[in-house]
Amino acid sequence: MAKTYEEINQRIRKGEAVVLTAEEMTGLVASEGAQKAARKVDVVTTGTFGPMCSSGAFVNFGHSDPPIKMSKAWLNDVPVCADIAAVDAYIGATALSDTEGMAYGGAHVIQDLIEGKWMKLRATAYGTDCYPRREIETWVNKDTLNQAFLFNPRNAYQNYACATNGSERTIYTYMGVLLPNHGNATYCSAGQLSPLLNDPLYRTIGLGTRVFLGGAHGYVAWPGTQHKPSVERSPGGTPLGPAGTLALIGDLKEMDSRFIRGARFHRYGVSMYVGVGIPIPILDEEMAAYAGVSDAEIQTTIFDYSQPTRSRDPLGRVSYAELRSGSIELKGRKVPCAPLSSYKVARQIAGTLKGWIEEGRFLLSAPVEPLPAEGAVLPLEIRDGEGI
Amino acid sequence: MARRRLVLTFPPEVVERPVVALLVRDYDVITNILRAEIHEGEIGRMLVELEGEGKRVREGVKYLKDLGVQVEEAITDIELDDELCIDCGACTAVCLPRALKMEAPDWELDLNKDRCILCGLCVDACPLQLITVKF
Repeated sequence: MAKTYEEINQRIRKGEAVVLTAEEMTGLVASEGAQKAARKVDVVTTGTFGPMCSSGAFVNFGHSDPPIKMSKAWLNDVPVCADIAAVDAYIGATALSDTEGMAYGGAHVIQDLIEGKWMKLRATAYGTDCYPRREIETWVNKDTLNQAFLFNPRNAYQNYACATNGSERTIYTYMGVLLPNHGNATYCSAGQLSPLLNDPLYRTIGLGTRVFLGGAHGYVAWPGTQHKPSVERSPGGTPLGPAGTLALIGDLKEMDSRFIRGARFHRYGVSMYVGVGIPIPILDEEMAAYAGVSDAEIQTTIFDYSQPTRSRDPLGRVSYAELRSGSIELKGRKVPCAPLSSYKVARQIAGTLKGWIEEGRFLLSAPVEPLPAEGAVLPLEIRDGEGI
Repeated sequence: MARRRLVLTFPPEVVERPVVALLVRDYDVITNILRAEIHEGEIGRMLVELEGEGKRVREGVKYLKDLGVQVEEAITDIELDDELCIDCGACTAVCLPRALKMEAPDWELDLNKDRCILCGLCVDACPLQLITVKF
């Protein structure tokens, strides 16, 4: 028996909706089967809290008197992109401080804004008849900004690689510190709790889907950059490596820094831990089966990150159940492995979203448009300009 | 007499050689192994205290470096700000003695200082820069 979004929302409004986290759903589907689970459950909540470099925030500073058309601007010495009208700017999460380098960057600026901290704004301009001011130095916080919203071009990766290092020296990557001679391996997905792994073929997550973003309501704005649905998949539909992605938007002023944290990966740079949770409506038995996926059924591919190339050779496949055991088998050896994405916070997110829905504070939205179900990622070729 | 606390990192090809025994025999340096994490075919780490004549200790350290052993001054303690910790697990990737570990069912970071060999690798590995060392 199929359910509609409207029927589920009616039940949420009445406080009658049955909501399970994706972990709880995995248990229910394993014990009672997808058909029964589909009848019992209305919504499954997912969660993930990992470093998502492709993130940032648009802000509007308001106009000074006399006004300025900022062309270069800094917040706490971190350069922001101010080439958007006069006083709009985009804070890129991975920008590094001019004075502190990798110890502080755009992601830390965003975290500090969420926490209500004052920060130094500095900007320069060439000056025009209508915007005569050429420089400004002042202090701002989130309450002095007109708007501040996260607009993250690529979040919530549907699966991610397992990283290791086959070289003879330690390497420092966005996948953490990788010890030589496959001395360790790291992985970065919430697995069975991760949003797009619970809706592997994008039946319910699409443009306009209301989500949990950084502790506030947000939306899927667009397919994420490098969205790559055309990949090898398991029989259950989950991809065997990085695949779909989401561009997410949400109000920074409403966010909570427990779910948005500036991060620094040693000798790599700055990134941002972003908390994302997406509700999956259990429309029918198929959705129940998808949302019942377990870590044992989700596999990813191991790559050697010491290969400084775009397409690294796959070293093997491993399930999240194996990764979660703390070590994997690689080239006949036991290799210790560690996560980079916080499973504990992912659980908190799925639990918080569950609470919001149970209390009737969060309704589901049907996608306005589906995410593309096909498509690959284009490489950047080095072209010499001849014959283009 | 000189005394130095050092962290020695052995590349896999050196792990199987009697490095410490030779240090004692050839350089007359008293070598007290405080903690060690050594497995055949893997990188090994050892916290040692070397005691001997200043010149002999310096020569002993040079002998270790010539073998390809990485020699670093040991720290005396690490401190984790667990209020701000997000339990991501990135630090556990470099902690071979498993002083820092994270496991089912609660996936909370657990620091067991008794197992720590004070190598300090976790300081760089923590994305939130929450681990500090004392020398």
